[in-house]
Amino acid sequence: MGSRLRDMIRAVRACKTAAEERGVIAKESANLRTAFKEEDQDYRHRNVAKLMFIHMLGYPTHFGQMECLKLIASPGFPEKRIGYLGLMLLLDERQEVLMLVTNSLKNDLNHANQFIAGLALCALGNICTAEMARDLAPEVEKLLHNNNSYIRKKAALCSVRIVRKVPDLVENLISSATSLLSDKHHGVLIAGIKLCTELCEANFSALEHFRKQTSSLVRILKNLVISGYAPEYDVGGITDPFLQIRVLRLLRLVGRGDADSSDIMSDILAQVATNTESNKNAGNAILYECVLTIMAIEAIGGLRVLAINILGRFLGNRDNNIRYVALNTLIKVVAVDTQAVQRHRTTIVECVKDSDISIRRRALELVCALVNESNVKTLTKELLEYLKVSDPEFKPDLTTKICYLVQKFFPNKRWYIDQMIKVMVEAGRFVKDDISRALLLLISNAAELQGYTVRSLYNAFQKWDGQESLAQVTVWCIGEYGEMLVHHMNELDGEEPVTQVTEADTVDVLELVLKDFRASSTTRAFALTALLKVSSRFPSCTERIKALVLQYKGSLVLELQQRSIEFTSILSKHENIKASLVEKMPVLDEATYIAKKVDAADVAFSTDSKSVPATVLPAVPVANGPTKSKSGTNALMDLLNLNVDEASTPSAPQTRKSAGDVLLDLLGGNSSFTSPLVASPVQGPSGGADALLDLLSIGNATSQTTSSPLSTLEPFPQRNPEAASQKPSNPVPDLLSQNTVSSQKDSYSSFTADFKKSSIPGAGFDLLGDLGIGSASSISTTGPVYPPIVAFQSSGLTVSFEFSKQSTNLPATVIHATYTNTSSNTYTDVIFQAAVPKFMQLQLEPASGNVLPANSSGTVTQVIRVNNSQHGQKSLVMRIRVSYKINGQEVLEQGQVNNFPPGL
Amino acid sequence: MIHFVLLFSRQGKVRLTKWYSPYSQKERTKAIRELSGGILPRGPKLCNFVDWRGLKVVYKRYASLYFCMCIDSEDNELECLEIIHHYVQILDRYFGNVCELDLIFNFHKAYFILDEVLIAGELQESSKKSVARVIAAQDSMVDAAKEQMASLSNIIAQATR
Repeated sequence: MGSRLRDMIRAVRACKTAAEERGVIAKESANLRTAFKEEDQDYRHRNVAKLMFIHMLGYPTHFGQMECLKLIASPGFPEKRIGYLGLMLLLDERQEVLMLVTNSLKNDLNHANQFIAGLALCALGNICTAEMARDLAPEVEKLLHNNNSYIRKKAALCSVRIVRKVPDLVENLISSATSLLSDKHHGVLIAGIKLCTELCEANFSALEHFRKQTSSLVRILKNLVISGYAPEYDVGGITDPFLQIRVLRLLRLVGRGDADSSDIMSDILAQVATNTESNKNAGNAILYECVLTIMAIEAIGGLRVLAINILGRFLGNRDNNIRYVALNTLIKVVAVDTQAVQRHRTTIVECVKDSDISIRRRALELVCALVNESNVKTLTKELLEYLKVSDPEFKPDLTTKICYLVQKFFPNKRWYIDQMIKVMVEAGRFVKDDISRALLLLISNAAELQGYTVRSLYNAFQKWDGQESLAQVTVWCIGEYGEMLVHHMNELDGEEPVTQVTEADTVDVLELVLKDFRASSTTRAFALTALLKVSSRFPSCTERIKALVLQYKGSLVLELQQRSIEFTSILSKHENIKASLVEKMPVLDEATYIAKKVDAADVAFSTDSKSVPATVLPAVPVANGPTKSKSGTNALMDLLNLNVDEASTPSAPQTRKSAGDVLLDLLGGNSSFTSPLVASPVQGPSGGADALLDLLSIGNATSQTTSSPLSTLEPFPQRNPEAASQKPSNPVPDLLSQNTVSSQKDSYSSFTADFKKSSIPGAGFDLLGDLGIGSASSISTTGPVYPPIVAFQSSGLTVSFEFSKQSTNLPATVIHATYTNTSSNTYTDVIFQAAVPKFMQLQLEPASGNVLPANSSGTVTQVIRVNNSQHGQKSLVMRIRVSYKINGQEVLEQGQVNNFPPGL
Repeated sequence: MIHFVLLFSRQGKVRLTKWYSPYSQKERTKAIRELSGGILPRGPKLCNFVDWRGLKVVYKRYASLYFCMCIDSEDNELECLEIIHHYVQILDRYFGNVCELDLIFNFHKAYFILDEVLIAGELQESSKKSVARVIAAQDSMVDAAKEQMASLSNIIAQATR
């Protein structure tokens, strides 16, 4: 039998602890289960009511779902009423059980009793699925013409749901919906106008149709506006604001982009805008809707002014809700009429400082939309003032926005730098990596401001309080421009005079960052590199720097440990090359970055997401591509400059060798090898070339995030630890993965094109020597010409070779292999391997890809270098092996190449 | 449209939930937790709108109860406040000076009334009187059915005596 519903609620409320409540619920649930099992008809609706209460408390109630269906199927109204309520509460549209109710719904929709039909319509409107919508749409459509207004209004809203679920039913509903517009009953009108709005949004032809109804909509609105006091629909002295708002919204859709209908409605809009009382919320709701409509349609200027004035009034309102709405609307209006919004700028800026975060957010968004070149200085000043006092939860947003504004509208670089330093001092924690990176780029490009910047940063840093970005930027600038700080170079007019800074003071800063517990390992890595960089310029501090760097020899952070060890080695063993190694960074490439920034900024500021900037940067290598080879080569030359210079001195070979070692060492180059069989993706003799590629990517630290410790100070090393840890073990795939973009490949191949003209007797060990020759010989003529051959041919695979040779180095041959797949299956995981007799050396460059599309629709190319030590006596021979996969099946093919042209 | 309606007490206890958009049970619990956590600490002078996952939640406090409705970001917030007030007035008229206890013990009645005010997340009736009328009519249908049941069982009881 069980207790009454009221008793159960009492029992639950009497519980003192959550455990007690669970106990009561468990007992009740058990009783309910038994009752359901016994098919207790008399108390079924009471049991389902209990179940709903249990559900509301958050306990599982799925076992009672079927009971709702039984109640719905029973004839009595009380049962149905509870049954439908249970259906809507306990089930939702994703449950299969819902399908079982379709038939009962169909019966009830046509029930003679209006309330039973009403229950069915309500349930359908709240939870129907697409299938049910399709099945029952004809019934509902019929009910739109029912002579009972209670049914009509419910049917109209039910149709709204049906259209949302099945948009292709729009056509069927247009005429019925139109007829609802001439209804007298307010409920039906509200529902009917909503239905029309929904149809217009779903379908353009519906919109066209309802444009013709503009005058009847205007009439509805006019009747409401001029009607006297109507007690039934009165809200604070206004007749049916709900209906007015719905009409205004439909007018907005109809009038948008259509001059004729806009014209018809402008009178009534003006009337609503001027006559509506604004001392109550209901009136303001109407005014708000009216303003939105005026701004959206093709309104005349006078009407717009009226709307903007209303917003101005809203903005000055003391009620926060109204101000929120005003800001929200002004954001939309900015695009249409910036000038009008500019007039309220001061008020809007005040709103940024409001105590309510909802309002602050809106206002900040609006301020950002308002800023332009002419007002950026004043607005930024205001925002910076506010940044000092704003509460912590709002700071990240505010900081991002200020940085964005400064970046976008800065009148001159000095102002930019000043503002960014202020932001970093106030809220350096929230300045994201890409922002500080942009700043460094700008500094790097502003030679005349570098001295000023490093001094300002040094001053700002005296008040350092753990702000990550401030530390990074300061440390980087000290590393690059430290001597300007000490020697007061490039002083600007009106610059604040700094007290004398010594070399030791500067190193103090670096040491402070290095040892501060608040600095992240990334920042410490910055500091280590900066130490290395200043070591050559601050001779008085060399010993101290050495000691500092050495302290990190045992660091648990791999990145720091590696830097420490490598830098120590540079500092102690390679004094002679150090000065050139740690030269100033080449100027960062601004054009590339700006192109990239535009992309990133678009994403970052349209989505307002916090995580975006970090992920965007690595994802835009395309913009990066074209300049890459240039800047890469430049940096390379820069790094290797020493070698070319020293090549003319007698001691060259020795120096070269050691420098090469250092480089290989630094870059994790593999110095042990050799097996005659070389698989291309595995690093073997090609180590030298890979190291060079690595260098390429280093030079490119200007625009990418990869780097190695030698990369001097890369401004943006967030992926560094990862890159560094991968390097020793598996550098080639890493490179390949970065080379997937074609433009990058270009840079790679343009580089190897240079490279291949020279040979590598030592298989790439004496890499710098080769490079010296490589770059020197790039003007020299190529050697004799040899005909291309087909080296290998099987049922599907063709391998052809083209040869080139330098006349200066006859034993060496560069083979360009091209692989083609003539079969109808795509080959994946293609790996080419080759072996040569002992008197020859072989080197395989990474292939251009590992997938061969079917039917010769694409090729993979690969460069093979062969050095024939018995050139002139023996000709080339090669065994090759190609493995690949067809639909995951491994296939291996091999053969011998004997048809090399003579003379190789 | 209104995506859901939520009523909770000052202690964060849920008194009524109505979902017009599909949310899984897990999402529902999460939404309730987030919103009650976000709304309850807000001071009385602040505005009645909170941004929530790209949508807006309009809330209003009546005595110890918070009435919340979640709407699309382009919907009219002020009107939504008015809808909340509309619903509260109807409840008030029905229960006669409604209090939290009324809504706890007669939660199903609160739902019945809500179903006469909103369907598919849209307002269906702007007249408080006509909502009161149809609710009263339905209540009397239920009472009539109960009486019938009672008299029927009386007759059976007498017949079997």
